[in-house]
Amino acid sequence: MPWPDSTVTLEFALGAILLLGVLLYAVLGGADFGGGIWDLLARGPRADKQREVIAHAIGPIWEANHVWLIFVIVLVFTVFPPVYAALSIALDIPLSLALLGIVFRGAAFIFRTPARGFAFGGTVWDRVFAIASTVTPLFFGMAAGAVASGQIRVADGVVTSDLWRTWLAPFPILMGFLALTTCAYLAAVYLTLETTGDLQEDFRWRALGSGAVFALLAAAALPFARSDAPRIWQGLTTGVGLFIIPIGIALALLSGWAVHRRRYRLARAAAIAEVGFLLIGWAIAQYPYLVVPDLTFSNAASSPAMMRAALVVFGIGALFLIPSLWFLFRVFKADLPGAVDVEAKAP
Amino acid sequence: MTDLLAARAQMGTSLAFHIVFAVLGMGLPVLLLITEGLWLRTGNPVYLFLVKRWTKAFAILFAVGAVSGTILSFELGLLWPRFMQYAGGIIGLPFSAEGFAFFIEAIFLGLYLYGWDRLSPRAHWLTAIPIAISGTFSAIFVISANAWMNSPAGFRIIDGEVLDVDPIAAMFNSAWFQQSLHMVQAAYIATGLGVAGIYAWGILRGKNDAYHRAGLTIAIALAAIFAPLQLISGDISARWVAENQPAKLAALEGIFQTEAGAPLSIGGWPDVDARQTRFALQIPRGLSLLAFHDPNAVVQGLDAFPRADQPDPRIVHVAFQIMVGAGFAIIGLAAWYWIAAWRNRRGGNRDRFPAPWLLRALVLATPLGFVAIEAGWVVTEVGRQPWIIYGIMRTAEAVTPVPNQFIALGGFTIVYVLLAITCAILLVHLGRSPLPEIAPPPGPPTPSSGTNREPHHAVA
Ligand code: HDD
Ligand code: HEM
Ligand code: HEM
Repeated sequence: MPWPDSTVTLEFALGAILLLGVLLYAVLGGADFGGGIWDLLARGPRADKQREVIAHAIGPIWEANHVWLIFVIVLVFTVFPPVYAALSIALDIPLSLALLGIVFRGAAFIFRTPARGFAFGGTVWDRVFAIASTVTPLFFGMAAGAVASGQIRVADGVVTSDLWRTWLAPFPILMGFLALTTCAYLAAVYLTLETTGDLQEDFRWRALGSGAVFALLAAAALPFARSDAPRIWQGLTTGVGLFIIPIGIALALLSGWAVHRRRYRLARAAAIAEVGFLLIGWAIAQYPYLVVPDLTFSNAASSPAMMRAALVVFGIGALFLIPSLWFLFRVFKADLPGAVDVEAKAP
Repeated sequence: MTDLLAARAQMGTSLAFHIVFAVLGMGLPVLLLITEGLWLRTGNPVYLFLVKRWTKAFAILFAVGAVSGTILSFELGLLWPRFMQYAGGIIGLPFSAEGFAFFIEAIFLGLYLYGWDRLSPRAHWLTAIPIAISGTFSAIFVISANAWMNSPAGFRIIDGEVLDVDPIAAMFNSAWFQQSLHMVQAAYIATGLGVAGIYAWGILRGKNDAYHRAGLTIAIALAAIFAPLQLISGDISARWVAENQPAKLAALEGIFQTEAGAPLSIGGWPDVDARQTRFALQIPRGLSLLAFHDPNAVVQGLDAFPRADQPDPRIVHVAFQIMVGAGFAIIGLAAWYWIAAWRNRRGGNRDRFPAPWLLRALVLATPLGFVAIEAGWVVTEVGRQPWIIYGIMRTAEAVTPVPNQFIALGGFTIVYVLLAITCAILLVHLGRSPLPEIAPPPGPPTPSSGTNREPHHAVA
């Protein structure tokens, strides 16, 4: 294979890897946060059982899923250093809050079981886990909304936008809630495969409910995109972008239908495809901007030497990573109780 | 408090916190690998109990290490955006490689913690190998980034612009090897001493059983193997500093005036107003000999540098004395242990080994490796000041323009205090929870038999 030495190819390849990292963090790490959301919202006679299943499902995999975030961060500052610098300044506040959420989610998840031996230690950390899982995607979503909105301004490497107004605005806030419901929906769909019987029905209802909220929020976001994120709106209403919304709707309907008909494996596949497609659609709509409207692929990329070296490291890393990940999921997620004989289990 | 000071304090606190867990993340997998291997070979349940106990602790420690490391990944940007904008495109490579090391570590940790009843005993043991390897590699990669801050390489600056970036040369800069070596050995020493001290305490309190003795022996052996090697690696580091960062050398030795045949000051307090180090024990020509292997070599003093380029010798000198003092104490303890063990082998009375005084010394030395590590990092980092990239970018130029950094400093300090207290309570509680009865050795179970397994959750 000839070396991809045209800078544009390199930028594009690394941009695609970055998108893949975000996508995997969303569908894997996002679902772990979603688990915490359902822990917070656990209700009814089986509330404790629901919490137990959630803990059981995320226990072995959340630390690996979390590394996708690190992967994304490292990739950004290696390949697009001005983006990392600009976002760290402009989004200092929401990113710090998301970071606190990540810290408390992780720590609480691991503390809460041994802390049950104490008077109230377990309950406190249970709550912390649930609340931290809920706020983290909210702030990440708001940060993403701010990036897309075009309100973050960088002039000559100096961030000139306001510390609050970029992300405390209607469009980013909607994006925050959209991220939150996405996590909840993914988690509920995955959990239908981890459970059987009544518990499975609990998560089925949760999937249907959060799916409906998701659809409402997405519909509400569109008019806001038009006024508050014009670049994205333009991307979605011209060229290839025109296909994004219809395909997204189709995938959303498919996964909702599959949940309804209790075809949970199909539902999971469609939900993943839907979230993946949303993110890809966002990337297409935003291309070639990394931070709308001042940082683009071409003015933010590092030197070709660095990009080439990074590609080699990613290639070598993938050789270790892919088999290891496959093994992890095979050991813990191959024989899920809810994945067998779907139709037959309808009550 | 200026924002710069707050940012420096926050960075230092975060790193000082993370390093404790990072060190255990490198050392504990090695102990687990050895001990679980011993169990597979001998079938002695004592080893299995040790492994189970350490695994529970490791689950907690690893998670805190992961979240504190995540804080650092954000802080590089939140506190030093201009540094990262400059450096990311030059020294990003080891960070990218580190990302993959984290993946391998976290994946196999999941398998190790939760895989007891899903993997055969041998496969379970094997999953500890990638954890140990990738833990050590993640340290080597991140140290290579830090070494680059000390020894920037792999680019040229022409008219203020960075050109000719060579990421490989940046990664393998002149400091990466000795810093990595010194750090990895430090991690094994600190983990070994820390674990050994806990079992020594148990034995002193009358629990002189096979379980405590095995825990003590395995852990102390790890520390005692690497302690003498650390002296050699420390000497390599010191000579590198002497040649490449003369201001840091002057600060860590407390030398104010340039002189030939400089003495070595042991202890003492650098009096910055009088420009001399007081109350130190001086060995004539010692420093010239140690740092340059020539008794008459000229050593530059701090005053050879402009005031604005001098690191603070009060912090750096004292930290260096602490590290070296701890280093010699550890080496002495290791020697004591090996001699006692050797005597014991040649016909000693098993129950009298290790003798109470050795045990008491080991208990006192529990935190010594960590103390040396923290002190050593203060030498490296504070000794590099006022530079964030040595000779190229000043720390003050790198700091974030976002105001009110004291809020973040306060917030994250509270987080660290909370995490540290909870961690300590849970680990003490874990240490006090009763051991399973030592049953007749069942031998390593076959994958199908269910003996000797705990239910599902390793952290339950
Ligand atoms: C168990 C821990 C431990 C022990 C016993 C020692 N050190 Fe150390 N030292 C470290 C742990 C450490 C460290 C924390 O790991 C550092 C910080 C940065 C680094 O690379 O290693 C370090 C840094 C460090 C530096 C600064 C390197 C730089 O700035 O680039 C020097 C000169 C030495 N050490 C020298 C020594 C000497 C002469 C020792 C003699 C006994 C010694 N160390 C024992
Ligand atoms: C884990 C062990 C480490 C400890 C205990 C430590 C300690 C410190 C301390 C005390 C400071 C503040 C220095 C001052 O301003 O006077 C500092 C600064 C800093 N350190 Fe480290 N450090 C460690 C490792 C690292 C590594 C591995 C990296 C990079 C990859 C790093 C990057 C930085 C940066 C960017 C700063 C801020 C700029 C500066 O003050 O020069 N540190 N560290
Ligand atoms: C001397 C300094 C350092 C050493 C030796 C070190 C080593 C390690 C090790 C062994 C781990 C494994 C986790 C554990 O066992 O708890 C870890 C975790 C981590 N470290 Fe550090 N580290 C250092 C400094 C840093 C710095 C400066 C950063 C930030 C850029 C960082 C980022 C991380 C991250 C993100 C994780 C979490 C990985 C995960 O999710 O599994 N570390 N570190």
